Amino acid sequence: MAARLLEVRDLRVEFRTRDGIAEAVGGVSYGVDAGRTLAVLGESGSGKSVTAQAVMGILDSPPGRVTGGQVLFRGRDLLTMGARERRRIRGAAMAMIFQDALSALNPVVSVGAQLAEMYEVHRGMSRKDARRRAVELMDRVRIPAAGQRAGDYPHQFSGGMRQRIMIAMAMALEPELIIADEPTTALDVTVQAQVMDLLAELRREYAMGLVLITHDLGVVADVADTIAVMYAGRIVETAPVRDLYRRPAHPYTRGLLDSVPRVDHRGERLYAIKGAPPSPLAMPSGCPFHPRCPRAQEVCRTERPPLYEVATADATRAFGASPGSGASGASAVSIASSASPGSGAPPAPGGRTSACHFWKDELDARDSHDALGA
Amino acid sequence: MPATPTTPSAPEPAAPDLQAPVLEVRDLAKLYPLTQGVVVKRRIGAVRAVDTVSFALRRGETLGIVGESGCGKSTVAKLLVSLERPTAGTIHYRGEDITRLSGRALRAVRRNIQMVFQDPYTSLNPRMTVGDIIGEPFEIHPEAAPKGERRRAVQELLEVVGLSPEHLNRYPHQFSGGQRQRIGIARGLALRPEVIVADEPVSALDVSVQAQVVNLMERLQDEFGLAYVFIAHDLSVVRHIADRVAVMYLGRFAETGTGPEIYDHPTHPYTQALLSAVPVPDPVARTRRTRILLPGDVPSPANPPSGCRFRTRCWKARDRCATEVPVLAVPPGATGPAAHASACHFAEEHAEVRA
Repeated sequence: MAARLLEVRDLRVEFRTRDGIAEAVGGVSYGVDAGRTLAVLGESGSGKSVTAQAVMGILDSPPGRVTGGQVLFRGRDLLTMGARERRRIRGAAMAMIFQDALSALNPVVSVGAQLAEMYEVHRGMSRKDARRRAVELMDRVRIPAAGQRAGDYPHQFSGGMRQRIMIAMAMALEPELIIADEPTTALDVTVQAQVMDLLAELRREYAMGLVLITHDLGVVADVADTIAVMYAGRIVETAPVRDLYRRPAHPYTRGLLDSVPRVDHRGERLYAIKGAPPSPLAMPSGCPFHPRCPRAQEVCRTERPPLYEVATADATRAFGASPGSGASGASAVSIASSASPGSGAPPAPGGRTSACHFWKDELDARDSHDALGA
Repeated sequence: MPATPTTPSAPEPAAPDLQAPVLEVRDLAKLYPLTQGVVVKRRIGAVRAVDTVSFALRRGETLGIVGESGCGKSTVAKLLVSLERPTAGTIHYRGEDITRLSGRALRAVRRNIQMVFQDPYTSLNPRMTVGDIIGEPFEIHPEAAPKGERRRAVQELLEVVGLSPEHLNRYPHQFSGGQRQRIGIARGLALRPEVIVADEPVSALDVSVQAQVVNLMERLQDEFGLAYVFIAHDLSVVRHIADRVAVMYLGRFAETGTGPEIYDHPTHPYTQALLSAVPVPDPVARTRRTRILLPGDVPSPANPPSGCRFRTRCWKARDRCATEVPVLAVPPGATGPAAHASACHFAEEHAEVRA
């Protein structure tokens, strides 16, 4: 079997602060194949962006430090690579789109020159050729009158246009993998729809792998193939997108889904998860979600749940496998977060996972809930 | 005193008329002048941030105002709490035009119209304790609570919004975002206002915390009979909390109606596009939805299009839209829930588009 496009294994990141060591990422594993979209869903402080920065090799260090794990890009570990080699991959083979385009772009260089720089530095093109390619690229992301606007500066563009330029810059060298960190959070809904569509179209056209980092359950539902839900520096649940929304296997995911108001129907009172996410400096013992969890038992306070493989009746039916044997569908994205260091290998592709001692009860609860509703 | 009023005209303070509007806004407009030159400033134009907006707010009701950034919804909020003076139009609070008031009379009115701000990180003074922040309204309106009782009043407020009364002496940085927004709400409640204007009160919060604050605001509304003007860009939150909804585009209301009228039977093309663009957290539902992708961006309010302001992005636009400003009225021929005010010459329910 060919090596996967990106495979993160048991990644750990620490921040050394004045108040102590904060474990921002505590053993995260996930993977993406070409042409697929993995969404990493989490609230602020869940470690989703830090993971991405470590994968890209742009973590601020100090204070951040990768303390363990592997980041395999086409089978080669980026973390053990030399700085020069890594630099050749970054930008050319994997690129990143940031949330705030205005602060990610250089305010004193015209956007055409910023795009052209990609070709000059990585491809050694002449200034003239690079400039021509830059205009083509702006045209490709549908910036009107690209030829005239190439000389404009970032502040002269609207938010949506700036985000298109960010996308153009990431696409410039036709990378195999794009990591998009909250690419539409700062945009209005009508513009957000345009930008997400463009991103999805380009991903299809170039058969790229896409890691989409977001806190928006709605955006994820629209574009992702697979979802990894992060909480307090760990992955708590992974599932194909439809399964996750229909039958979450972790109380946190369930709580998130029930707490968002819906535009397509008006519900009664919103379910609210009590409390607030924990500080990385004072992580609760056992399951990090237990102080907020309606399902918490004694065992949750003392024992950290491993990432259990979730065998659902659906999976059994779909793949003809018995529960627990690991559905062997050739799904293109697999994810896992290992509970103990060293056991980095993700479970069988296509399987769902949940870091909850009582994932079975959570699934059953949803079933009876559905039965009552119907 | 008789138990029941003898004449219907006698006002009964305990049970006020639920239908009478507390706040009535008519043709409200705010222009910000654009100037050129350093020493001699010349006026070269104006940003029409809010342009002839009218609505009424009843007791205990929630009016949601939705729109994209730059549509003027926050300017409406500032005008309502008299942080800005309107260029034209009136705001009647209990029958009195507050845009003409000043000094003592204005202060008396302001006590009843309070505001909750968007960003709980910057709207609380970092050098004041929570007790001082929530108690500050009492300094300005000493009649609301006598000096000796203020501490207790603040503690009660903390309890009402779900915070521990012992947190009185803490500073804002010691609280999480959701807790800070609760502090902001407690400050807004301190003077027992009738109207609270909330400008994006939950958009800076994490998803799991948003629901707590939305639920809190709903509970407080029932408890204190508050009327809310709830301003947000998030259509889902507004659908959840609002009784009536106004969709705003470039300083004007495009469409107004009850929640079901706007969300299930929109007739204005902008509302239809906006609703279709909202991502729904349900991959099954997305396959049933038609999406309308609007071209381009919102035009500059300094130079809005003639006629209908939405026409530059509208797929229905014709010559008439460039010359004639559509009025906000019930479209002729509309029946059932589609019969609500919509500012479009060609307002029509789109069979396939609903939220």
